[in-house]
Amino acid sequence: MISMFLVIGILNVVTILLCLYRAAVGPGVFNRVAAVNVIGTKTVVLLVIMGYIFERPLFVDIPLLYAMLNFIGTLVFAKYLERGELCSW
Amino acid sequence: MSRGEKGFGIIVTFCIMFLFWLILSEFFDAFHLIMGGICSAIVTLISHGLLVKGKSQKMLPKFLRLLFYIPWQLWQIVLANVDVAYRVLHPKMPIDPRIIEFETSLRGDFALATLANSITLTPGTITIFVEPGKGKFWVHALAREPADAHLVDKTMQRKVAHVFMECNGPSMGKNR
Amino acid sequence: MLLVNAIVTIFLATGMFFMFIGAIGLLRFPDFYTRLHATGKCDTLGEGLIIVGLIIYHLFHYPGTSLVTVKLLFLIIFIFIANPTAIHAIVKAAYRRGFKPWRCGEGRR
Repeated sequence: MISMFLVIGILNVVTILLCLYRAAVGPGVFNRVAAVNVIGTKTVVLLVIMGYIFERPLFVDIPLLYAMLNFIGTLVFAKYLERGELCSW
Repeated sequence: MSRGEKGFGIIVTFCIMFLFWLILSEFFDAFHLIMGGICSAIVTLISHGLLVKGKSQKMLPKFLRLLFYIPWQLWQIVLANVDVAYRVLHPKMPIDPRIIEFETSLRGDFALATLANSITLTPGTITIFVEPGKGKFWVHALAREPADAHLVDKTMQRKVAHVFMECNGPSMGKNR
Repeated sequence: MLLVNAIVTIFLATGMFFMFIGAIGLLRFPDFYTRLHATGKCDTLGEGLIIVGLIIYHLFHYPGTSLVTVKLLFLIIFIFIANPTAIHAIVKAAYRRGFKPWRCGEGRR
């Protein structure tokens, strides 16, 4: 079963490389922000699967934390792009 | 907010924070429980106004109806994801995007947020903008069939209005 | 045990298929809004399926520690709420800045 997880992990890395093309080319900043958000989501899945490859299922705290960080980072970026400033003091 | 509502908010926030502490740490001895209680109390004192905004009527039936709404929602997500997969893999890519605008009769914050999340999760539509005073939604649709499902059928609006117990009167919408 | 392995493999393979659809949609579609249609949602469903498969695997291979299952369930719920909200935030920012949507028959952007 561990070999099945290895195959899924490698396919995940291939998917992330496909998304990197859009992050590099993408005309304008919005395409790049969207691509980075997608790469973050796929990284969360990769981390969970790596926890099971190394047979330490208690690893799942770290992807949980990274999912929250990715979400908040994308929200802050979107707010800055919409208004031109982060807070109006 | 009156003092009764504030107290209710504080107690609910403390219970939720302590529940998360218990789930995330797997030790149930006295030392860790007391540490959890102290940390949850500090977090609750700082930010009790953010999570719960006072009492609203009939919370328990609304919560139960929300639990029954979720399986129908999951089935719609699976169906519509298969539709988007077909559109992506087809060599001619049959898409015809447009922006539609419609009004609903939902007014509560949580009801509007649930409908916006459901619209964004069902593939074929993305919520662009919500006006909370009049309940207007601007939605970007991928083709004509998902757009019609929201303008003509209005199944999702009726279900969310049923969950949050708001009456769903006549509403209009137009293509742009 | 063989049946459990087969079920977990089916869930993982289906989830991976949907993630591939998401990445291919990001490359193929002609406009910013349509790309987010493909990615934001197929990604979320694919992740949900993969993590459900891992929950089933964990319940049968590590019978002692069942609190990890609750953590994985919380991860699924969080992703189902947070991913569409992030997509909506990006789309709203782009709409306010004047990005026009693509119509049938125009060139790629």
